[in-house]
Amino acid sequence: MTSPHVHPDERARQLMMGALDNELSRQEQAELSQLLAGDAVLETEWTQLQRVKEVTQGMALQQPPHEVWDGYWTGVYRRLERGIGWILLSLGAVIVISWGAWEGVQELLRDVETPTMVKIGILAVIVGVVVLFISVVREKLIVRQNDPYKDVIR
Amino acid sequence: MDLVENAVAIDVTTERHLMERARTGDREAFGELVAQHMRRAYYAALGFLGSHDDALDLSQEAFARAFRAHRKLDPERPFYPWLYQILRRLCFNAHRDRRTRQARLAEAAHWLAQEAADRAATTDPQRQAERAELREQIEAAIEQLPAHERETLVLREFEGLRYREIADLLGIPIGTVMSRLYSARKALARQLGEER
Repeated sequence: MTSPHVHPDERARQLMMGALDNELSRQEQAELSQLLAGDAVLETEWTQLQRVKEVTQGMALQQPPHEVWDGYWTGVYRRLERGIGWILLSLGAVIVISWGAWEGVQELLRDVETPTMVKIGILAVIVGVVVLFISVVREKLIVRQNDPYKDVIR
Repeated sequence: MDLVENAVAIDVTTERHLMERARTGDREAFGELVAQHMRRAYYAALGFLGSHDDALDLSQEAFARAFRAHRKLDPERPFYPWLYQILRRLCFNAHRDRRTRQARLAEAAHWLAQEAADRAATTDPQRQAERAELREQIEAAIEQLPAHERETLVLREFEGLRYREIADLLGIPIGTVMSRLYSARKALARQLGEER
């Protein structure tokens, strides 16, 4: 099962788990019996753990209705389609918004009636949005791919 | 769908062949992999999250993400452990999102069922009521376990995996599997003891 060279308490716990789950060899089974015979506290704990095992063993996960399986692949397929849809929508939106912003900026610069301060303000808003957008995209696409801890479950 | 109706256990060679095809973006081949593994993925997520809606949502999302990453499929390795890594990451994230989770759980139906043999053997209404109460206690106690302990317990008790299989799936030593099981069972023992 595992190495017997661990702390005695830890060893007793491992043996009890192994016994509950039928993972012990005969030798380990004998080792556990010996430990239990010489330790009343451990024996009480062993009885409690056996009770838990008995209870959880009699349980199973609830089965969903059969229709769930019939529509399962459709659900996955729909997600794949939507993924493509979102990519195209995002791409199209970026192109249209960029074109609109470019046209708007040109129009704004040509307009002689708009005060200079307002023009500067509008340009600052546009540049700010572009910087934020690039920053978010950069984080999603580049930084995340190179993150050495991305697979670590925190 | 046909894929589901025709789902039968496939051997390693067939799975490898399907993975080779899926790797090139073949949706039909991927659909067959889905049909083969959807139940296991669903039940893994159900044991982890305790909600049918979440289990369905996340297991389907795991397959969708797996297909999006189809170029990373390695036909030399079994499909399910690879999928499980995606699924468990989704489950851990959902588990962390306490607010959503608790709201869903409040509406969720029971996610544990008693064994059919158990139900058949018990016709006494009082005994049945006791069993139902016990099931509720167990559900509540499992839901309070830390995510890693819960995951290990579910793999052992509901999926019936051996220690070696759990260790391989989670990438941890067998000793850690046993430690997590011990902590989980001790916590359940405390809960059951307190409520009796």
